Amino acid sequence: MKVAIFDYGAGNIFSLKNSLEKNGAQVDIITGLNKSKEYSGLLLPGVGNFDPAIRSIRDYSSTDFKDYVGESMPVLGICLGMEMFFKKSEEGKEQGLNVIDGEVVLLPNTMKVPHMGWNSLEIERQSNFLEGVNDGSWVYFVHSYMIKTNETGLIAANADYGIKVPAVVEQKNFIGTQFHPEKSGEIGSLMLSNFLSGCKK
Amino acid sequence: MTLTKRVIPCLDVANGRVVKGLQFKSIKDAGDPVSLAEKYSNEGADELVFLDITASEENREIIKSLVSKVAQVINIPFTVGGGVKTLQHARDILLSGADKVAINTGAVKNPKIITELMELFGRQCIVVAVDVKRNYNVSAQKNVFTDNGKKFWFEVFIYGGKKETGIDAIEWAKKMETLGAGEILLTSIDMDGTKDGYDVNLTKKIVESVSIPVVASGGCGNPEDMIDVFKKTDVEAALAASIFHYETHSVDRVKKLIKESGIPVRI
Repeated sequence: MKVAIFDYGAGNIFSLKNSLEKNGAQVDIITGLNKSKEYSGLLLPGVGNFDPAIRSIRDYSSTDFKDYVGESMPVLGICLGMEMFFKKSEEGKEQGLNVIDGEVVLLPNTMKVPHMGWNSLEIERQSNFLEGVNDGSWVYFVHSYMIKTNETGLIAANADYGIKVPAVVEQKNFIGTQFHPEKSGEIGSLMLSNFLSGCKK
Repeated sequence: MTLTKRVIPCLDVANGRVVKGLQFKSIKDAGDPVSLAEKYSNEGADELVFLDITASEENREIIKSLVSKVAQVINIPFTVGGGVKTLQHARDILLSGADKVAINTGAVKNPKIITELMELFGRQCIVVAVDVKRNYNVSAQKNVFTDNGKKFWFEVFIYGGKKETGIDAIEWAKKMETLGAGEILLTSIDMDGTKDGYDVNLTKKIVESVSIPVVASGGCGNPEDMIDVFKKTDVEAALAASIFHYETHSVDRVKKLIKESGIPVRI
């Protein structure tokens, strides 16, 4: 099975690639979406900045993101990658990919920003991505923005950082994590393995 | 539940080997970086720091390949530093598999690099390493403190602790936050390698001066020193080297002791 990581050119995607390969996937690094190349799944990594990342997908792809992934290709967005699923972000001026209803807002300044470190998951509902992941599992966060949405059932897990921070979102073929599974030890590796299982179907 | 306190093993690397010094001098061999990194990650380290203490230009390619070898065997956040002075050098390190790049001398020589890096890679990637020594030659422009009746201020040192800068560490930390740093890695040169505990006083003052996370470093000799710095300050993380390298304490055992003292850690 072959999956692709989209590289916006702005940071470490090595760890994600490494972790996917350890879980048995073949991984291509791509810098544009092109229909001639088909993958079982797509990953939008969590390093970079909203506007340049959106522009790199839009400007260097021969196929529109929505057309490329359709309603069946599993897509995992990590941190910034997840934030791009939404309509807009306070981090930038560009339109998001707009595949899930909601927006991305700055974390409230009542707590330290960025939210950096290990926090525990409060699992809200059953999800294939979280199969085998216990409530209270520790995962590694490093972010300054969070999801704001009214979509019911979208959020599969939250984290408590003074306020409830959506940690895992799942809708149709889109899965997003605010934390970094590739940096979250064994439990993160299990989630990536779950994602890859979804790609096989 | 909120964030846990982080326990961070540090690998000081010279010529491809992990070494350990005393007050930044008298260095001895402590093992292979890749196997130590893997061991710490498996034992539940919350993060790993790798500092190239030779930091010479010729060494750069070797370090890049060592960084990627370490990155392959761990699945926790990974900070790399040592001699980083240019955007290209920082980029090389990040693309070799590091999540954060630590800068010390490079930031003192050219503070703007912090902003440039932040704009390129995001604030979370930028760690400013601040090496500090107490200076008992007190002048009016500095933040002056008293310990055992002696007055001093906290001075920033560069080039691996070899050169003083005349810069007040508290003002420097604030400036680095403003320019774009995402984290401060704070090392006490006075305490480094002594095993007498962290400089709690210094740690407390820096934590109170900035709103970004601070990592305490220098002086950890046993798990109680970590418990002490977590109880007496609001520091987010504590870094140690020798207590882990020489198998005096495993990471999981240290974290268990910290948890038993009532401090939230990831077990």
